[in-house]
Amino acid sequence: MTDATNNGAPKKALKTSLIAVDERTKRRNAAEARFRAYGVVAIVIAILALIGLVGSILNNGSSAFRQTFITMDVYLDPAKLDKDGSGNLEKIAKVSTFGYAPLIAKSFEKKFEDPNVGVEGLSAKKAAKMISKEGPAEMRRFVLANPEMIGETVSFKFLASGRIDGYFKGRVTMESAKLDKNVSTEQLMLADQLKAEGSLQTSFNMGFLTRADGSENRPEAAGLGVAILGSFYMMIVVLCLTLPIGVAASIYLEEFAPKNWITDIVEVNISNLAAVPSIVFGILGLSIFINFMGLPQSAPIVGGLVLTLMTLPTIIIATRASLKAVPPSIRDAALGVGASKMQAVFHHVLPLAAPGILTGTIIGLAQALGETAPLLLIGMVAFVREFPAAPPEGFFDPAAALPVQVYNWTQRADPAFVERASGAIIVLLVFLLAMNAIAIVLRRRFERRW
Amino acid sequence: MSAGLVILVVIAIATAGFFIGRSRSLSAVNGNIRQLHSLPGYYGQTVFLAAAVPALLVAFGWLLLQPILVESQITNMIAPSDIAEGSSRGLVMADVRRIATGLDVAIATGALTEDQLGALSADQSDVRALLGSVGVALASEVKESVLVASKTYREMTATLRSAMAIIVILLSLGGAVFSLSRIKPDFRARNVSETAVKALLILSSTVAILTTIGIIASLLFETAHFFRLYPAKDFLFSLTWNPQFTGGSDLGILPLLWGTLYVSFVALVFAVPIGLLVAIYLSEYATRKVRSIVKPAIEILAGIPTIVYGLFALITVGPLLRDYFAQPLGLGTSSSSVMTAGIVMGIMLIPFVSSLSDDVINAVPQAMRDGSYGLGATQSETVKQVILPAALPGIVGAVLLAASRAIGETMIVVMGAGAAAKLDLNPFEAMTTITVKIVSQLTGDTEFASPETLVAFALGLSLFVVTLGLNVLALYIVRKYREQYE
Repeated sequence: MTDATNNGAPKKALKTSLIAVDERTKRRNAAEARFRAYGVVAIVIAILALIGLVGSILNNGSSAFRQTFITMDVYLDPAKLDKDGSGNLEKIAKVSTFGYAPLIAKSFEKKFEDPNVGVEGLSAKKAAKMISKEGPAEMRRFVLANPEMIGETVSFKFLASGRIDGYFKGRVTMESAKLDKNVSTEQLMLADQLKAEGSLQTSFNMGFLTRADGSENRPEAAGLGVAILGSFYMMIVVLCLTLPIGVAASIYLEEFAPKNWITDIVEVNISNLAAVPSIVFGILGLSIFINFMGLPQSAPIVGGLVLTLMTLPTIIIATRASLKAVPPSIRDAALGVGASKMQAVFHHVLPLAAPGILTGTIIGLAQALGETAPLLLIGMVAFVREFPAAPPEGFFDPAAALPVQVYNWTQRADPAFVERASGAIIVLLVFLLAMNAIAIVLRRRFERRW
Repeated sequence: MSAGLVILVVIAIATAGFFIGRSRSLSAVNGNIRQLHSLPGYYGQTVFLAAAVPALLVAFGWLLLQPILVESQITNMIAPSDIAEGSSRGLVMADVRRIATGLDVAIATGALTEDQLGALSADQSDVRALLGSVGVALASEVKESVLVASKTYREMTATLRSAMAIIVILLSLGGAVFSLSRIKPDFRARNVSETAVKALLILSSTVAILTTIGIIASLLFETAHFFRLYPAKDFLFSLTWNPQFTGGSDLGILPLLWGTLYVSFVALVFAVPIGLLVAIYLSEYATRKVRSIVKPAIEILAGIPTIVYGLFALITVGPLLRDYFAQPLGLGTSSSSVMTAGIVMGIMLIPFVSSLSDDVINAVPQAMRDGSYGLGATQSETVKQVILPAALPGIVGAVLLAASRAIGETMIVVMGAGAAAKLDLNPFEAMTTITVKIVSQLTGDTEFASPETLVAFALGLSLFVVTLGLNVLALYIVRKYREQYE
């Protein structure tokens, strides 16, 4: 029987040694090293993408927080502002911003008396163009607030125009100014002189956080005030609606719901709702809240409602997870000493699950804060200059939202808005970072392991 | 009385009811709490719930229905002859609402008194200038019939508002009195209030269902409206997308669908290998320390809002690709392109793919790895021949979920892919997607009667169906194979 298998000469013994590595093992080890390297490369690409993303935004946007200002002593000429000298506010209010512009030119004329200041071929009127169009408006507001100052010389800290600001941030150069009809090389030379003399300085731009949006040709005056307030209002609406509704829904589904097909439908529904593209929620908001219910367009209440519906699944999923994490022994103990089911849940399970619920809520809010697409459809892209009123009326006033403001600014022609958009992203990211940090701290501090 | 104030009053009544109910239950047993069926607080709760819940439900329902009712009444007041050429009933109604608010403002600022308003007539005085002076700008002169309609609108709204205030407050008081009258020592207050709370919990859990119904209803309703104006066959099979707001436009979905799928394909080609390799490295090779740094870093990518990616595509990736790839290779001069949007979207999807695959790979039992090592396989051989096949269904599910994310993504493509609808193979060419067109057809001043606007709902429905299908498929695959090794 053994003959059948033992045919021919015995096989040559493999020349393997534990010390010398053979060809095949080398190949396999090389494949192993290659595979490992692929993994490292993938991680490096992912991290580089993150660095590139954040770096490019920081690089483009950090300059938005610094702004060039020109300090000017302006003589508030009574002959121009208060012709009959009556000090009557209504008469003074009749002088439009165009009436204030010549006053700035006058003070430039005065500046030119200094031998160190002044460029040949640049009239005071042209030099006055270096000041933002917002400047005269600011002066007018000042005069209307303090009519007694007419006839005095007042020092104003004007915003420099977008191009002058760009010159000090490297966006505008002498070469590009030659081709640009909004700025001349003479103006840039004068700007250099003013800087040397000290009346032009670059400092922190508080206005970027507090001002309303500026129009197409006043990028220097554009700020995030309305957008931040609008986003804040929306977050209030989202918080006030999602937290109670989400927690109530999760308590029912996790603690009370009988296992039947209705509950199954609700559960499948919630997980599918979490995956519906955000823009579809925008369509929902447009057709139900605006067309059907007649709520106003671009109002924080509509944005808040749409974002509520979007965040609800996130919060329900997080809440259910933290309710599930509370061990059944807690419920059993409560029931054992005579609590009703409802008392067991509200007196014992819910407080123990609260840190998890709070963390989930904050993360859901952070998601809602960055959401853009649905807000485009409900009219948040509108140009809003007025601050919304205080709540609750303010919820129905037109407002902007932070991410939509970013989108809005990218759609404008002036390159100065790119800097503003990136700056707005930085503000948005700071808010998100803060919210996530709070969530992490809460989790670390209060999380309980059973 | 404004709606907010009414709600505050109701809450105040309910809160007062709570305290009265509690003390009433105590005084019913002369302070001997043992004779009560429930704790005194529950008696208060029944009063609170009876005073607040029905009243608030009526108030919200009223607020929802009132505008609809008023509109339908007012719409009948506008004769077809009042609707100017090129205008529509909807626009006239918008004017009516605007004038009504203007009149309110005028009265509030004192520019007009109620008596003057009664005598106000569009034929005699310049209503537009009057409203302009209080800060409500109107596009055109006000017609007499429109002014009358606005006045009626104002009156009806005011009457209904006060009717609501009265009814809601009476309801709240009635609820409070009724439940106070029920308070007796043997009244089962805890059971009553717990049943009511449970009903509220059930009500909250239906919000998700209502949202879905709302989405489906609004999409289906408007899509049906669209197909009455524009043939469904052309929408589904036409190869051109060329909306003209003067009429006669081509609204074929195919170029948009092509753009959507192309961008998503590029994104997945970028994201899936990287995401998968990251997941494999982190779960099989990385030391605890590396993992604890790299994993959160990659998950940061998932928390960044899409508008940030959009801006990144617009100001960094787009110009970079154009200057270093597209132009030197002669492939195009546009900075917004399929490639731009695809790569940036790919970056966004990396954490999505990697964290889902990570879970799946970690779920493969250690015994399978040990068996493979025991047979002499190297780590990479184990990964390729044992772990990946075992985790494959989960990974396919993750890829499908990522695809559904990519198809529904809006901001990156709005800012990175361009707006030209075309069927092209060149990835450096600007193309457009379904979501981009939904945004462009629905932003700005829209009129809900033209097929050019309504097409957005048909596009939204297509998007909803495709992403829902992918999700359901993904969940099905994941669920079906999940427990195989447990």
